[in-house]
Amino acid sequence: MSDILARFLATDPEDVGCTEAIAALHVYVELVADGVDAAGRYPGVAAHLAACGPCFEDYEGLLHAVAADGW
Amino acid sequence: MTDEELRDADWPAELRPGSAGRDRALARLHEMALRVAFRELGRRAAAASLTHHEREEVAHDAAADAVLAILAKLDEFRGESRFTTWAYKFVVLEVSHQLGRRYRRTVPPVLVLDAEAWERFEDRMGLDPARDAEARDLAAALRRAIDALTERQREVFVEVVVHGVPLDAVVERRQTNRNAVYKMIFDARRKIRAALVADGYLEIEEGR
Repeated sequence: MSDILARFLATDPEDVGCTEAIAALHVYVELVADGVDAAGRYPGVAAHLAACGPCFEDYEGLLHAVAADGW
Repeated sequence: MTDEELRDADWPAELRPGSAGRDRALARLHEMALRVAFRELGRRAAAASLTHHEREEVAHDAAADAVLAILAKLDEFRGESRFTTWAYKFVVLEVSHQLGRRYRRTVPPVLVLDAEAWERFEDRMGLDPARDAEARDLAAALRRAIDALTERQREVFVEVVVHGVPLDAVVERRQTNRNAVYKMIFDARRKIRAALVADGYLEIEEGR
């Protein structure tokens, strides 16, 4: 079995999905910007961001917007 | 009130209907949304091919829709973050939405899994059917598992995973939401994995 295929097919049961991840994204991003263990506090959001490209793009965008304010 | 005096904590009250400073707060919110939208477009690879005019259009549409979303959801802001962080989120989401909409308008849907697309997918997944019989069997089992998905699952899987169509463009085309499309792909991955486990190509303990 190809490792790439096995990793691609693996799904995380903790993954909360797009709706919940986006609902918490502003809180999650501020924790990350503060250097707090956001993934530890919100493992379901972290699992989702690791698997969902579009939500990860939004996460990066929000983090970038906050950082541009000199957080 | 000057723009400089609008502190983060003041935003929700200033934006509420009836506030003496509402017009100024609205103008400031729109300005802020536009600045964040332009900056976000500058960061996104998907926006790299936009012309100057298209970029202006996307930024203005995203900022205008973000302001509407912020005003509609103002009562949902609970102070769990800075107001600006919460507001920026809507701008970033609207940029995704606008880019998805633009992609859908300009690129026709690709729902068919043709031989060329399948070969590219095999390659990306690290499969090499030309190598030996075992690799050929695995590739064939994977193809059977994809063919066995429901029609909607297969179409979305082929568009997003095989052809690499942005998920937000598929959301736009299907007039649904990101979560629904993500869930379809999530379920498709689980089904394919279960089929490969049943065929003996994966062990149950390997995945979750």
